[in-house]
Formats: sequence, structure tokens, C-alpha cells
Amino acid sequence: MTNNTTEPQQRGLYTPQLEKDSCGVGMIANLNGGTSYYVIDSALTILENMEHRGACGCEENTGDGAGILMQVPHGFMKAKALESGVQLPKRGKYGIGMFFFPKDKELKQYCYDVIQKYCKNNDFKIILERSVPVDNSMIGNMAKDSEPDMAQLFFKSSGFNNKDIERRFYFLRTQILKEIYFSGKGLTDDFYIASLSSKTIVYKGMLMATQLRSYFLDLQDDEIHSAIAIVHSRFSTNTIPKWKLAQPFRCIAHNGEINTIQGNLNWWNAREKNMELVSKDRPDLTSTFPVCDPFQSDSGNFDNVVDFLLKASRSIPHTIMMMIPEAWQNNEYIEDYKKAFYEYHDGVLEAWDGPASICFTDGTVLGATLDRNGLRPSRYLLTDDNFLILGSEAGCLEIDPSKIIKKGRLQPGKMLVADLDENRIISDEELKERICKRKPYREWLDKMSIKVEDLPVKPVVKESKLPIHTRQIAYGMTLEDEQLILDAMMQTTKEPIGSMGSDIPLAVLSKISQHIANYFKQQFAQVTNPPIDSLRESFYMSLSTVISNSSRIIGINEEEARVIRTDHPILNQTYYSNILGNELDEFEAREISTTYNKDTSIEAAIDSICDTALDAIEDDVRIICLSDSDMDKNKINVPSLLITGALHHLLISKGLRKEVTIVVRAGDLWETHHMATLLSFGVDYIYPYLALETTRKLAKSKGILPSDGEEKYIKAVKKGLLKIMSKLGVSTLGSYKGAQTFEALGISTEVINKCFKGTISRIEGLTFDQLSRENKAKHDLAFAKEYEKLPDIGNYQWKRKGEYHLFNPQTIHLLQHSTKTNDYATYQKFAEAIDKLEHNSSTLRSYFKIKNGESSIPISEVESETVIMKRFATGAMSLGSISHEAHSTLAKAMNRIGGKSNSGEGGEDEKRFAKNEDGSWERSAIKQVASGRFGVTINYLTNAIELQIKMAQGAKPGEGGQLPGHKVNDYIGKIRHSTPGVGLISPPPHHDIYSIEDLAQLIFDLKNANRKARISVKLVSKAGVGVIASGVTKAHADHILISGYDGGTGASPLSSVRHAGLPWELGLSETHQTLVKNGLRDRVVLQTDGQIRTGRDMAIATMLGAEEWGIATAALVVEGCILMRKCHLNTCPVGIATQDENLRKKFDGKVENVVNYFQFLAKHLREIMASVGVRSVNELVGRTDLLEIENENRHWKTTNVDFTPLLFQEENKLNETLYQSKMQDHGLDKVLDHKLIKYSTLAMKQQKTYDGVMSIKSTDRAVGAMLSNEIAKVYGSVGMLPDSLTYRFRGSAGQSFGAFAARGIFFRLEGEANDYFGKGLSGAKLAVSPDRDTSYDAASNIIIGNVALYGATSGEAYINGRAGDRFCVRNSGAKTVVEGIGDNGCEYMTGGLVVILGEVGKNFAAGMSGGIAFVYQDTPRTLNETVNHEMVMIDRPTVKDLDTIQTMIRSHTNYTGSRKGFTILNNWDEEKHHFQRVISAEYKRILEAKEKSFVLQQKAS
Amino acid sequence: MGDIKGFMKYKRDLPTTEDPKARVHHFNEFYKPLPIAHKEEQAARCMDCGVPFCHSGCPLGNVIPDFNEAVYKGKWKEAYEILIQTNNFPEFTGRICPAPCESACVLGINDNPVSIEYIEKSIIERAYKEGWVRPNEVDQKTDKKVAVIGSGPAGLACADQLSKAGHTVTVYEREDRIGGLLRYGIPDFKLEKSSIDRRLEIMKAAGIKFMTNTDVGVDISVDYLQSEYDAIVLCGGSTIARDMSLENRDTKGVHLAMEYLTQNNKRVAGDQFSAEETISVKDQDVVVIGGGDTGSDCIGTSNRLGARSITQLEIMPTPGIERTDKDPWPNWPMTLRTSSSHAEGCQREWSVMTKRFVKDDSGNLSGLEVAKVKWAADENGKYGMQEIEGSMEVIPCQKAFLAIGFVHAQKEGLLAQLGVDYDHRGNVLATDYKTSVEGVFTAGDMRRGQSLVVWAISEGREAAVAVDTELSGQTVLESKDGSVLKM
Repeated sequence: MTNNTTEPQQRGLYTPQLEKDSCGVGMIANLNGGTSYYVIDSALTILENMEHRGACGCEENTGDGAGILMQVPHGFMKAKALESGVQLPKRGKYGIGMFFFPKDKELKQYCYDVIQKYCKNNDFKIILERSVPVDNSMIGNMAKDSEPDMAQLFFKSSGFNNKDIERRFYFLRTQILKEIYFSGKGLTDDFYIASLSSKTIVYKGMLMATQLRSYFLDLQDDEIHSAIAIVHSRFSTNTIPKWKLAQPFRCIAHNGEINTIQGNLNWWNAREKNMELVSKDRPDLTSTFPVCDPFQSDSGNFDNVVDFLLKASRSIPHTIMMMIPEAWQNNEYIEDYKKAFYEYHDGVLEAWDGPASICFTDGTVLGATLDRNGLRPSRYLLTDDNFLILGSEAGCLEIDPSKIIKKGRLQPGKMLVADLDENRIISDEELKERICKRKPYREWLDKMSIKVEDLPVKPVVKESKLPIHTRQIAYGMTLEDEQLILDAMMQTTKEPIGSMGSDIPLAVLSKISQHIANYFKQQFAQVTNPPIDSLRESFYMSLSTVISNSSRIIGINEEEARVIRTDHPILNQTYYSNILGNELDEFEAREISTTYNKDTSIEAAIDSICDTALDAIEDDVRIICLSDSDMDKNKINVPSLLITGALHHLLISKGLRKEVTIVVRAGDLWETHHMATLLSFGVDYIYPYLALETTRKLAKSKGILPSDGEEKYIKAVKKGLLKIMSKLGVSTLGSYKGAQTFEALGISTEVINKCFKGTISRIEGLTFDQLSRENKAKHDLAFAKEYEKLPDIGNYQWKRKGEYHLFNPQTIHLLQHSTKTNDYATYQKFAEAIDKLEHNSSTLRSYFKIKNGESSIPISEVESETVIMKRFATGAMSLGSISHEAHSTLAKAMNRIGGKSNSGEGGEDEKRFAKNEDGSWERSAIKQVASGRFGVTINYLTNAIELQIKMAQGAKPGEGGQLPGHKVNDYIGKIRHSTPGVGLISPPPHHDIYSIEDLAQLIFDLKNANRKARISVKLVSKAGVGVIASGVTKAHADHILISGYDGGTGASPLSSVRHAGLPWELGLSETHQTLVKNGLRDRVVLQTDGQIRTGRDMAIATMLGAEEWGIATAALVVEGCILMRKCHLNTCPVGIATQDENLRKKFDGKVENVVNYFQFLAKHLREIMASVGVRSVNELVGRTDLLEIENENRHWKTTNVDFTPLLFQEENKLNETLYQSKMQDHGLDKVLDHKLIKYSTLAMKQQKTYDGVMSIKSTDRAVGAMLSNEIAKVYGSVGMLPDSLTYRFRGSAGQSFGAFAARGIFFRLEGEANDYFGKGLSGAKLAVSPDRDTSYDAASNIIIGNVALYGATSGEAYINGRAGDRFCVRNSGAKTVVEGIGDNGCEYMTGGLVVILGEVGKNFAAGMSGGIAFVYQDTPRTLNETVNHEMVMIDRPTVKDLDTIQTMIRSHTNYTGSRKGFTILNNWDEEKHHFQRVISAEYKRILEAKEKSFVLQQKAS
Repeated sequence: MGDIKGFMKYKRDLPTTEDPKARVHHFNEFYKPLPIAHKEEQAARCMDCGVPFCHSGCPLGNVIPDFNEAVYKGKWKEAYEILIQTNNFPEFTGRICPAPCESACVLGINDNPVSIEYIEKSIIERAYKEGWVRPNEVDQKTDKKVAVIGSGPAGLACADQLSKAGHTVTVYEREDRIGGLLRYGIPDFKLEKSSIDRRLEIMKAAGIKFMTNTDVGVDISVDYLQSEYDAIVLCGGSTIARDMSLENRDTKGVHLAMEYLTQNNKRVAGDQFSAEETISVKDQDVVVIGGGDTGSDCIGTSNRLGARSITQLEIMPTPGIERTDKDPWPNWPMTLRTSSSHAEGCQREWSVMTKRFVKDDSGNLSGLEVAKVKWAADENGKYGMQEIEGSMEVIPCQKAFLAIGFVHAQKEGLLAQLGVDYDHRGNVLATDYKTSVEGVFTAGDMRRGQSLVVWAISEGREAAVAVDTELSGQTVLESKDGSVLKM
């Protein structure tokens, strides 16, 4: 499909295909079917109450999009038609199309002509054209500029029966769109059909939630009636105007993101091609192809596919179940009919994976579902008059509490469906049972599907006779690969961990022959969707995969169950033989050699191999095994990634890909990253024979059984694959496969187009010829002589005969020496060693030249070093990863020069908040808020001038972290609010940020917690980071840090250090360009970091858009770090990255030296500024015109690299400053806390008590944060006396109720609360109970949302009702009672007490290393099933525990009036036996040891 | 790596030595080796640094962390294989190298460095003992012939490498025995000559031919050499000693250190000298001028030969005990070093300038007139010395040895006949080890100027790469820098 789009052309680095959005959704329905204006009015109110979930662009009054989907309001339309003299047919006998037309008259006429043409073809007649009455006075100029002409066209059918009318409309619509979009007239944005149906209609536009009602006059008319309405408000990361991207679409409204979109589109296209070929019987359907339209967003295409499948005779719930299956693979407790349904469909359609809350309707049935991980919130309620109201937030519509009979929430993978014909909600169980039992899926599977191990074994595999060393070298394996990577995987079943960042050249800039996979950087989830914890949430993950040979999707037949099934895609020799030698006709396999004569070209080789494969397919071969095992002295292997990518895309284009399975048997695969690239570029199975052979050899040499070694290695690969998928937020291999989730860095367009079509590649790079040359170098070396050892390239350890490292003996020495002696001349030598291309060509910036200043100025005219130094920050390194000495020395140095040091993720000792007697100050100006929330209390937040939300870390974006127990000494334990000796886990995602509007909420929370602090968001460079940064700016961040992939780390998997993320040059430049394009640049400060070493680095960073710089590794080197790269082992010999007492004594870093370094840097920058005639850093920002590209002294590998996109300057349309000059409007003036503070000022001042009453709404967010900030300012971490300030609220509290609430506060809420209840609770007491007027049973209804008490450090919470998912995640000290919780409760908990009086969801206590949960079990579901047993055990509470439980329940009933609590207390002697204790084994051991020593002490005294 | 906490558990240790009082009665080496477990513990102190400065500090680029790890794990053969990839003669460097690797050792920042040199020596000795040291085997010899002139460490290393590459190598030596300074410059108590002989046997077995007593340019002609060989590598060393043009320099009893050491080495090897030829120090007062290693060797030799007193003079001031900012880690520190010879007894004087030699009536040396000097920086920051007035004194002595270094290679004879160009210091000029004369290469002190044995080996190896590349169009030999996969 050619993309003749009018989308913003790619100039520079901004990539339009990476635009993201996220949102708020809601729906309302009268299940009795009665239509009314109330439904419309309420839906609009819901939308308006979720305005904060949407965003506006650079203009206050330009929204990202809002809309409403409803039933065709027949009565209203009938009246309107009559006004024009037209008598409409009966309801359902006509359809209305909501058309967006271009403003241009000629083009509009053209569109009309096309519409007319297809009307005729499809036997439709336009009976009325009604221009949609709008009032655009309130919308912003940007929206106005692209506002379409909207018209409703009324179609009447002549001929076929009504049953088919929806399908006919579908054909009509798709045919019109296809012709117009592919006409080349540039109408892909301006022409659009929002809906065309006899049942539903959509009103939408690039509006803010609050503008929807006033823009569409129809929506204000109380004659417009419907029984159903779905509303949506969009938070887009961009502001490029697009009316059509507003939601709802025709069938769905989607809150979330599809991570696997590229793969889904590829597979879908392959399928379409095939259907065109074979499904001659359904020309009606094939005429609508392409179903997925290249001009749509991921959500838009999702809708297209839903629509198609609906028309291809599936019901809407069935369709949604296929596309977003629940987590079934690892679920032992799922019903078999359901499992069979999913298993069957797994072979039919790949899941569309990503966080999603989807509302859908076909006009009669409406429903909503959540993705398998449940990453979006959805709350609903049912009234006694049968109204169903659902929204992203509870309380979005005010309902008389006495009318409510049920309050619930959507659960992960579950569906809520209401049928207006049946006038009721159909439960997930009932619905799915109905759908799953419609066909005998299990029977079909039993009959048709085969497991790979059951295939007959035939020894057909021929092995190479060459010595192993020759082959290893020919395929590029190095000593480190063998000894460091494979050996570790073979022995530990894990990928090896390393520390410090990658300081070797990018693959494309390296002069050492590279593995092809090194040119591909892993994508990862950041802000717009969350990464997953593949270890603790393995329940949701799956590597299982199938060999199928069909792309039929239209029918539901037995044949589709014909698959070969395997648990994972890595084959050993036996399984490979099974597949290759299988005797099934429909799975005939053939091995095809992928080697070529060393004198011919690689490109010709690829073509010829592909031809051979096509011939085989022609012969009905269905499994193509690409094998390079015949490589020898004259035959070189085509890198497996190249050949499989090429074949994959060729088969897609020929419509054959779904028919054929691609298996790779290759020697050039050993790192997990290698396998991940293959899978992501379309391979089905991998037989990494050389890696397996190597692991067997290694095992043997270590006295391990070779087969055990091999098995452990495969296990490590599986874990690694899950990790790579999970960091992107993808759960299943089915969706990962072919999703092309990598960015190419240094690959030319010719190679991309042939092998990796659609993959992002922005700087060009190696051509086929150059790749051949590189490939040949390894081969030549292998056959030059016989080897006893593999070559050592020194990728991970500096080696004299190896890869270049930025930090090498020379540069480390010069840097340390210059700063120790305060000698600028030595610094200059250091800078020269780093800066000069002839010494160092390892970074993108190496190839930039700062233009020789014709306009140079005297250095005295440049702003002073003192001013410049304020722009410095040191990197986020936690106390824990580095020693107190190293940490505080940096802080003192930064405070001395007016820069900022960063606390890192580990809290900070309060002693450091005040200045020392000698005037030095150890306080970190930047306090980091990372996913673990260690030590994040209100006092911590209060004592900062910048609060940095770490979304990702350069060295391991998309991953969490772990601090081993041995590093958690008493001191670290105290600061992190955890138990000494117990290991700590930082989750991969922030559990309160699954999307952009969540981030906006956290920014809002933090801003409330400290109004003076600027809020920073740390992002890691990747393709699309500019778009994300633009969203983050719209989420009101004051500051954005773009980190390079090469930043340091205390511990990361080596593969992540090298292969995930991009250099900052790309990310920063893209961000600056995108912000300028969107008119947002002046609202935010941009900072960058990642291997920045010299003033030249800073100058280039500034010219690419940064106005501040972060320096970490180099500052550590100044402190004495010698790049030991053993930080993770606690053995740092210079006392930096260690907590060992004796080693810490060896720390010899000096504040002065660090200060000297920053002075040198500032001086160096000033010299450059003077040479180019720029007086201030602000003036230098974005001045890429001062840079030129080094074209002469290039290594042959870089001749085709195009650096110019980095230097592109976006047009500054709004003439804003290119640096931050405007403050964000955080909207703090409307916050409820102002009232709370006002009322209690006196009490707070005089340490007295206050008790007040007030109402609360869902738009009152982060209540308590600002008040707590005031308390912390006065009382520090101690807070006030318990219950000093009591507030009694009634209503629905907005998100983050009680966030960071300080000791002394007591919030009593009557009503309900939304997500993030008690986030970061810092000593306050919270109690919530249902409204006094409700009559439902509190214990069985939901009362607070997801992610309650996340990162709470102390305090109490009493919840009379159920909580959502992820209750008490990372709790480290709060005590709470709740009456039931959703999935993933108490995850990563390290402290506190949790009493649960009802059901707990799946995966309870995963990664819980401390604290105790007591669960009251009166339900049949046993705790054993729901607990994640990795770290915890289930036992009985001790006598002392029972006392604690009883006391806590007593408080609970006192504060909330819990009926359940009363019942339990009343029958305590009986009920106490129903409690079970969930505790980590490690923590139990420590508690018992403590108990013992206490008893001993007692005895002794 | 081996034991990640090894450096925290074990202290640096070296073998003990025979009592100085006892060892001065013989010329043998006097170290008592550590038990194997102890050696392996020492290797465990290696931290396997992310940036192994030792590996960078070693002129050969020895991959020190790798062989340390192997030793720690008791894999001595593997350690040996790692070691000989970069070092042809660990038995020499393991004994007499000043070990810049240890100066650069990261552990040395705040602790005693890993005893790398001793581990190196242990590996090679073990290898000899186990019979792992075998002649190079070459699948296929080339048809190229190379002449190496000079059999010092540079020449030997170069010959060894070229032979490994399959070329036919002949080494020419004008002395009567092979080894150059290793043979005649370094006393046996530091390097027993059996070590050299042992190595030569291996090299001979690999097919390398050695021609002693052959002074090219004198005994055979340069033309013959050029016509006979495809390449010539000049490894003749920097043999012209620095001298002192002072009053009475010609006095009997004033000798260049090398005269003295050579004679004694030959004597230890069994050669006889007449009383006339013999430079005797028995019961005499000896002054050694020059504070370097050669000076030390003169001291050790004089003690063994029964000198009554030994005084060593150095014109530079006493170095400090600790590093200063001028020679920070990982550089070679200019600190006070006490060699084993010093430990055997001598008087060390610093900031002393020799003014003239004093002779007695019979023309024999009777003393040295010396003066104290003061070192200070002038107003331009340039460091210089000034004689301290009135500090003049005479040190009575009967023998004086000049150990103040070497100037450059001997130009007359071979070099003159070849017509090579020189650099500004008088060394043979070469680009990538190629001299200005076609087919003629050079390495070692002859090219580099006087230096360490470890540098000589490195030079020989690198020159071999250049020669092999020239002869074969490419090379299978490994250079110390630059990856094999570099493109």
C-alpha cells in the first residue's frame, strides 16, 4: 500500500506515525431502551467532569478532540427533515452519514461526486443533506484553521432488506473513503466520515470536552434523544490539528494505546492480500480493502478492524474477545471452553496488545472491556431505574445515592455488556460462556492441533564439520559473548548484569565489524503506556506460539484449528528436527540455505534465497527453514535478520505470509537481543544452533551436564524475550511477532525497504554493499588461521585491542588529574581527547563541527561562569547505589556552584535538609520520584526545588530495579522506609502512570505537594520522544530531561545497557523540533544528559535544544571513579558505589575537585560561545545553524549516514522563544486545599484541633497534598498530633484523595473515591464509607479506585467497601483495613499492615518483601490460588497478630461503621480463625530473629 | 572474574629472599617461591577492572586481568596461553621488569597493587616445568627469509614472532653469546642465564638460526645481507654509553658500568680474564655514578666481589616516598626505590655533582671531587640546579663506575654502511618500524633509544608485524593495539 498521504512530511526528526493519544471515556445507557435527552445531557456532563483527562494545546481553547456516539435520534431528525420538506422513512430504514468535507469548493464537489457515484453502485439515494449547525466562536484558531464543513447526508436504500442495511452502509462508506483517500488529492485529513449507519451517529471534533456541547447546536436541543451514549475526550501528545482523530469512532471509543500496531497492520495486510487471492466468493468484503487505513491512528484502525469483523458475521463482543483476549495462557483456573475459544482464535488473529479501556456499541448492544493487564480505570454503577453509567472516573455524573444498587469496576480482561433488547447487564461469565460454546472449539482443537513434541522425529539435521572456533568467529561471536554472556546465561538462567553506561561507539560509528542486530535499538514504553514486570506479573505474559497455515478470518471453521503448537519459539535440535522432518502434508517443511558465494553481493543473495523460498511455497511447502549451517570457507552466511526480514516482507506483499511459517536455523544468534529482533521482524521459530553448541561446550568445561546447560540457556533466552517484550508493554509473543518494535540506527533506506519495511530509520546508514563488507570481515578473520580463542573486542571491559571507549585509561587519568590540580590546560588535553574526531568518533556529535566563528566576540561579553553553572545538574544516583560520602560530596559541590544535585530513587536523610555548620549543604536540590517511591514522603517533597518524575532510565528504559538485601543496611533501610536486610524492588512502571493523563495527574499531585518546586519529567531518548515530550508539556511539566541511552547505572542487564534507547542527540533534537512545531517550546525547560564530558558536548546539546545539562559519570570520575563497572557487586574499591564500611573509608573525592570540573566546563562553553558570537545560553538554544557536518574525514561505514535531520530547524510560527520563558498554568487556584488551609490556619499555627465539614466532587483532585505541604513546612516529617485536623467530606472525591497527606490530618469521606487514594500517604488517617443514603451492601461494592495507597510510607486508611486493582502497591508503612481488593494487591510491598476482609484478586503479594497482609476468607476461592508464591508464604496469624487485627478492625468499624467489621468483631472467637497471614519468608525470618533477641534481652535484664 | 572480594581479603605478598648477608656470596637468584595456593590468592586480589589500567600501563599490552583470573582458578595452562599471546619472554619480564603495570594497577590507588610481575614469573616457570613451553609450530613456512641483527630482547622477540609467521629467520650477534643486554648487561643474581639458554633452545627448535661472533658490516658484508634476505631488522640496541668529560676521566679505575658488568657476567659464565684485564673491586672503595638500575647492578656486583665500601651518587634530589601531583596514578611514580642490591649495602647520596676525578701519584683513582647541588625552579618555572658554594669535598675511592645511561646506537659500521637516517636524538629513524632504506626495519633501543626490556620486546613484536605485513601483504601476527575485527 503506498502512502500518498498529506500527513506532515518528515523533515527533521519529528515522526508523525508516532503520535499518541490517550483519554477519558464514559458511557450511559438506559437498559430499558427508552430514549431521552437525559442520556445525551448526562453523557456530556460526564465528559465535562473529566476535562482534566483531556488536554489543550498551545492555545488554551484548542482541544485535542471530544465526541459523542449515540443512537440515531429518529424523532429529532424526522422533525428537522420535515423543516426541509422531507419525510424520513421509518426508524432503521434510512441511515445518516456524518461527513467532514473540505472547505475548498472544488474539492468538496469532487467528494460529492464520489459519494454520488457509490450511492448509485450500492443502490442508495441521498434523500436529504443537512448541514450540521455549529457555533465555532469558542474554539481556538488552530482548531478553526482546520475546521471541516460538516454535513449529515441521509441515505435511503432501494431494494435489499433492512437486515443487511448496516453491511451495505459499510461498503458504501469504505468505498467512498478508499477512492477519495487514494485519489492523491490530499484529502486524507479534510475528508472523513465520522459515522454512516441506520443505528448510530457520531458528533465529534477537535474540541475540548467542555466545548462539545456548545459547538454542536443539535446537542443543546432537548428534542435529541437516545438510549445510549458513549463519550470520549482525547489527550493527544501532539497539537497538529486533526478533526478526524477525535473519538468515538463508529463502533468504539478507546482509552489507551496499541503497542503492537505495526505488526497488527502488517499481519492484517498479509491476510487481506491472501483473501483477495483466495476468497473469490466474498468480493463484497474484499472490495473494502484495505481495511486498515494508513491515515488513521491506532485506535482508528482498531475500529476499522472491529467494523470489518462485525460485517464478516461476528458479534461485537466476540470480535472484541478475539482482538483483546484476556490472559488465558497461564491461567490454570480458567474454564476450559473459554481456554479453547482463545486457543482457537490465537491461531486466527494476533491480539492487539496494549493498555486499553474500550467502550463499544452496535446500537443495541453496548459494552466495555479492559485489556488483560487492566491498565486503564473504568468504574460503573447501576441505578434502580436500570441506567448504566460507566466512566474512567467514579462520580463523573452526580446520581442520587439512594438510587444506586450496584457500584463496580471493570476488571482486567473482563467484559461488561448490556443488551437493550434484553434490558439487562449480561455478566462476563454468562456472555463468554454463550460465545465460547457457540462452536465446538475444544473438539476442533483436539482433533486438529498438534504439539511440536508430538511430531514424529526424523534425524534430518546435517551438522557443519568446521571447528567450533572458526564458526563462532565467522558469525561474529567474541570472547566476551562466550565468557560473559553465554556462560552467565548457561549457569544462572539469566542475562548478566553490569553497571555504568555504554561508552562505546554506536554500531554505525564503530570501526569494528558489528552484528547486524546492533543497528537496532529496542523500543520501550514510556508515559503513553506502561512497561510490565515480566517477573512478578508473569501471569499476563506468554511466549506460546503456533504454526498455522491459514489466513482465513471470515468464517469460523474446524480447519482454522489446524496448528502446530509450541510453548515458546526457541527450538533445540530435537524440535527443529521434528518440524523439518514432519510428515504432515499441510505442514511440509524444507530447508533453504542462506549462504552465498563470498564473491557475490549480499543483495543478490537475498533475492535468490527469496526466489528459492517462493519456489518451495509454489511446491506447497508451508514451513520454510532458513539455514546457514553450510557456511564454509567460500560461502558466507547472509545475516539471519536480513534474510528473514526480506522474506517476511516479500511474503506479506504476495499475500503468502499467513500461509507460511518461517523458521531460522542460524549461527549468528546468541544474545536475547538477536532473537528479539528476529521475532519482531517476523520470524516464527528460532534454532540458534551455534549458541546451543557453545553452551553445551561451556557446560561441559564446567562439569555441568551439557543438556542442562542448554536448557538453562534457553530458559534465560525466554526470560530475556519476556523482558524485552514487557519493557514495551507487550504481553504476548503473538502480538510481538512482526511488530517491528525496534528503531534502526544506521541502516540505509534500500535495506530498510527490502528487509524492514516500515521500520523507523532516521539517519540512513549502511547499504547492502557496506553490510557485505562488514559481514565479510568476520568471515575472512575466521578462515585466516586456526584459533585457540575467540577475539576479544572489549565491548564491556576496556581492552587495548578492542573497541574504543570514551572513558579509557587516558581520559580517566586526564580528567582526574586536571580537576585534582585545578589545571585547565590538562582539562583541555582531556577535552581534546574526547572532542576531536580523530581520537573519538563514537557519538553522533563527533561528526558535528562548530562553525568557525566569523562573528566571534570577546569572551568578556559572554555571560559568566557563575550564571552558566546554575544550569548544571548531576545525575540521579540513589543513596544505596552509591555511598553516602560520594552522594553528599556531589550535593555539596552542586550547592556551592548553584547547580542541582539529584537525590536519585532512594529518599534522603532528613539531616541533610539543613545546612551544616561550616555552611556546606548536603541537600539534593532535585528530589526524584521514581516507580519505587522509596522515601517519598511529604517532607521529602517539601524540601526540594525540583521534583523529578523518572519515567525511564537511559541504561535500562522500561525496566525496574532491584536493591539486593545485602546493600540495605540499617541506614539505607531507614531512609527508604524498609526493613534492613530485605531486598527492594522498583517496579518497571509507575503504578500511577499508565498513560499521559495519569502523568498529568502525578504532576498535579506533586505541584500541590510543593508549589515552589518545578516539576521535571525524565524521559529517555527514542523515536517519538518528541511527541511524548510534547504531551508531557501539555501535562504541565515545567522541565523535561531527555536522557541518552548511554547514561550510567548501578545495575542493569548488559543487553539493556547496549540495546535499548537512543543517543540524546536524536531525542533532544526531535523534542526541540516537535515542541517548536507545536508551539510549546517556551513553556518548558529542556535538559539533556548521557555521556556528556566537555564544554563542546554542552555547546552541541544547547544548539540541539537543551538549556540545561546533566553530568553524572564524569562527576563520579572526578570523585575517583575509575569505571570499575562493579557497582552492582558492592565492591567498589574507591568507596563510591558501595555500602561496605571498609571500602567507603577509601573514598577520596573532594568537593573542590568537582567544583573545578564544573568551572572548567563552564569556561570551555564560554570559549565556544565567544567563538560563535553568542552571549548567553538562552541565545544559543536551537542554533543548529552554528553547526555543520563533518563530511571529509569519514570512515567508510559512515559515508551514507545522514546527520542533517538532527540539524533541521522547525519553523517558529508563533515566534515564541526557543527556551523556556513562560510558566505553566497548573490550575492550582481552584484547588479545594485552599479552603482546607484557610479553615485550619489557626489550628495549624497553634497546634490545636480543627473539625470541619464540606462537600467534594470528582473534579476535586489531590485533596490534602497542599495542606500537607503547609504542615511539613512547619513541622517537618513529625507532622502534627494525630487527628489534629479533621475534615468530613461528602461526595465523590477526585483522583489522589489524601495524596501525601501528613501526620495530624484525618479525612473522613462519605461517598467514594477514585484512583490513587492515599498515594504516598505520609502519616495521615483516611476513612471512607458509602454515602449515608445508599442501601447497597458496602462490602460487595467498589468504593475506591485503582492503585490506592501506592507508595504510602505511614498513616492509616479504613475503607468500608472494595478497592480496585493494585491496592497497597509499594506500601512501606501504612496500616489499612479494606473489604476486598482487585488484582495485584500488595505488590512490591515492603512494610505496613493490610487487613482485607473480603476477596482478593489475582497475583496477590507479588514481589512483596516486607509488611504483612491478613486476609479474612469467607469466600470459596482460596487464597492459595490468588497469591503469587514467588516471595511470600501463607500461614496463620500469631496471637499477637490477632490482637493487632482486632484493634485495627475496631478502628475500622469506629470510623466507617462497617457492617462486616461489626459482624466479625461480634463473633471474634469464631471469626478469628478465618484470618490467614501472608508474609515474605525473608521478612518472617527477620521478625522472628528480632523477637528472639528481644526475649533474650528481656531475660537478661 | 575470580573472587570479587579477593582484594578485601588478601594482602599483597611477594616471595621472601635469601638474607642479603648470605646472598652476596653468590651470583644466583635468591627468591624463595611462594606456595601455589598463595600465588593463587595473590591473583585473587585482581579486581578485573572495567578499565584495566595495568593492561594499558604494560608496554606489551599484557592482558593481566585475564591471566590473573585463570591463575586464581588454578587454570595455569590457560594463564600461560593468555600470557604468551602478548609476551614472548615472560621469564625475562617476570624477573627484571620495573612493572609499570603495577604502578598503574587500580588497587594501587589506595592499597598495594596486585603482585602482577610475580604472578607472571610464576606462570612461565610453571609452564616450563610442565613442559607447556614448546617451539612454535607453523603449518606452512613461507619462502621469505629475514635477518635480525642483534640478539637482545628486541631482536629475540622479533625473531620469535617472524618465525611464528612462517618466515625463515637468522639472528646475527657480534658477541660470543646470544642475549645482548640480557646476557651481559644484567647480572645473574637478577636473571640467571639459564633462563636465556632455556629459551634459546626452544627458539632454535623452532628453526631460528643464531649466528654469534658475527659483526655485520665487519664479518659479513651489508651487501651480502641485503641480497640474501627479504628483510633486515636492526635490533642492535643503544650501545653508545653516556660519558663524562671531566678532568682525569682517563684515570685508571674509572670505568663505564657496562664494561664492568659485561666482564663479570662473562666471568660468571665461566670465561677467564687475566689480572690485567680484570676490573677488581676487592677491598676497595667503589663509587657508582648514576642512580638507576644499571647503577644498582654495579652495586650488587661490587658487593659480591668484595668491595670495602660502595657509594652511589645521584645528581637529582632524593625522591619522595609518596607520589606527587607531578606523577599521579597511573603514571610511573618518581619515588624512592630501594633495589635488592641497595639492601645488600651501600651509601646513597643525592644532589651530588661529580666535579672531577682525583688520581694518586701512580695514576690510579684515589677519589672523586664532588659538590652538593640545589634544585629549584627559576622565574620561568624551569627546573634547574645550582651548586652550593663551599660544599665541595672529595670522596676517597679506588673504583668509579659511570652508570649514567646511553646516548644512541653505534653509527659506524653497519648503520653507516646501510645509510639509514637518524632522528634528532641520533636513533635510527623509522616510520612504522621501517627505516629510510628499503627492506630494512628497526626495533628496540636502536629505534627508540635506551629503554626497558619490556619495551624492547614490544618493539620487536610490533616490528615483526610490520615486516610480516610487508612480506605477506597481510599479517597473522597480532599487534598490541587495534582489534582484529577493525575495518
